[in-house]
Amino acid sequence: MFLIFGLAPIIYSVYIAFFNWDALGTQEFIGIQNFIDLVADDRFWNALYNTIDIWLLSTIPMLILSIGLAAILHNPHLRGSTFWRTILLVPNITSVLAIAIVFGQLFGRDFGMVNLVIGALGFDHIDFIQGTTSSHIAIASMIVWRWTGYNALIFLAAMLAIPGELYESASLDGANKWKQFRYVTLPSLRNTITFVLIVGTIGGLQVFAEPLILGGSYNGGDSGQFSTLTLFLFDQAFVAYKWGYAAAVGIMITVIVAIVSFINFVITRRLAGDGK
Amino acid sequence: MSSIVKEQTRPKANKRPKWQKMGAGGYIVLALVTFLSLFPFYWMFIVASNGTDEISKIPPTLLPGPRFFTVVSHVYEALPQFNQALINTVYVGTIVAVAQVFFSAIAGFAFAKLNFRGQKFMVLFVILTMMLPSQLGIIPLYMLMSNLGFINSLNALIIPALVTAFGVFWMRQVIDAQVPNELLESASIDGAGVFRVYWSLVLPIIAQSSFVLGLFSFLATWNDFLWPLLVLQSPENFTAQVAVNQLKSSYAIDYALNMGGAFLSTAPLIVLFIFVGRRLVRGVMDGAVKG
Repeated sequence: MFLIFGLAPIIYSVYIAFFNWDALGTQEFIGIQNFIDLVADDRFWNALYNTIDIWLLSTIPMLILSIGLAAILHNPHLRGSTFWRTILLVPNITSVLAIAIVFGQLFGRDFGMVNLVIGALGFDHIDFIQGTTSSHIAIASMIVWRWTGYNALIFLAAMLAIPGELYESASLDGANKWKQFRYVTLPSLRNTITFVLIVGTIGGLQVFAEPLILGGSYNGGDSGQFSTLTLFLFDQAFVAYKWGYAAAVGIMITVIVAIVSFINFVITRRLAGDGK
Repeated sequence: MSSIVKEQTRPKANKRPKWQKMGAGGYIVLALVTFLSLFPFYWMFIVASNGTDEISKIPPTLLPGPRFFTVVSHVYEALPQFNQALINTVYVGTIVAVAQVFFSAIAGFAFAKLNFRGQKFMVLFVILTMMLPSQLGIIPLYMLMSNLGFINSLNALIIPALVTAFGVFWMRQVIDAQVPNELLESASIDGAGVFRVYWSLVLPIIAQSSFVLGLFSFLATWNDFLWPLLVLQSPENFTAQVAVNQLKSSYAIDYALNMGGAFLSTAPLIVLFIFVGRRLVRGVMDGAVKG
């Protein structure tokens, strides 16, 4: 079952990437022509830039916030810890659709809450949806909202698994709160950080639902300002019906995910490792 | 280290005077997070109960208004099949949840406790598929569904979701951690067959975790958006998410209507969450990679 519906499509996908294949029935072997076209396609590079920008804008704040929250929840003196933990999971169970509708309104140009605050602080309203970076911020904020609590729980579970003796000996050595966090907690979280980053990369580089709903179509905004790689894939597959070309986009996404995950892996090893 | 040393440090650890007292700052942060987490739901209701005009004022209203049932009736006018969509969603979600638990537990049990040829390779393989972006396979999957005649049928949502790499992997971890080998050995010495061991020993032990996996599958199915949008065409087959998305395409931007739909499609989940939230939290934390 799993082989048929999980794996076979992926292998088949690699196969059709080498064809000029459309939904009407054209099937013509063209070798790596799809990939050559792709590299020359501005829309692909635009989507790649947008995807990476959104990924950076969402992953970094999410990681910092979730580790910080986990550190607060890790405190043994905290009251009502079950309640706080449960609240953290609420955003994660909501549908992206519902949230994108709400956030789309909150980030609206004229009457969105975010702009009302910006206006009240004396700045000009920002047209979040029309701008490139600003629309990325709007999309990233949805991702951060959705995943910070979930990841905080993951980090909390990892923190609870750290032996208490480590903290005791650290405090006997005169380490303050921050030093304990820096030299005991962070290094112990190394594997968890790698795990969260890689999962976040796989998800983040495939982001599509938020921009799809925000823009209402597969082009990712009027000038493609928040078109992402996956949106581009769907645009090619189910609007233009160029299945071979879309499959080539899919393979590029996979390659990029693999590269970025590997870089993450190396960086986290470095960063968290030197605390020892 | 001897056990005496450990016992001496225990009571001290409970007081823990030196490291981290819980200050007011922590509670303020948590309260803020709670506010931010819940606000979008509240806002959904505010907009849906006030109408677009009311929130397009400066400052906008922050209190529930009287128009909620009007907006709900508008949603039902625009989407006559909305109840059917909710039923479809529950139907697909339940089948997927039960099937995932059943199949993932069998496969997970085989991977965790049985020895067979190529076991390690297959586990690695499952993990590898988890890493691959699902979009890579979506075009062939669409072609396959179209060849099977499942386009515009709920089968297209159910069949590919019966087993997932994630479920198998999760169950493997759970069974590995929760089912002791000695128990299985003594059962097989007593002459119980593999399936009997699975049914009467393994399943009861992992019941709690199975429930959590089932819930996650149900939630994922409920919230899945793109695949149903691609394969479902006629309104009587829509899931709740696809139906709510119709509100967006048929009217320019009627926020009250959209948020009304979003609220109606989210409210059942919130109610469910009130009952099972704590278990889900435990499930997430049990499944975390530690250290």
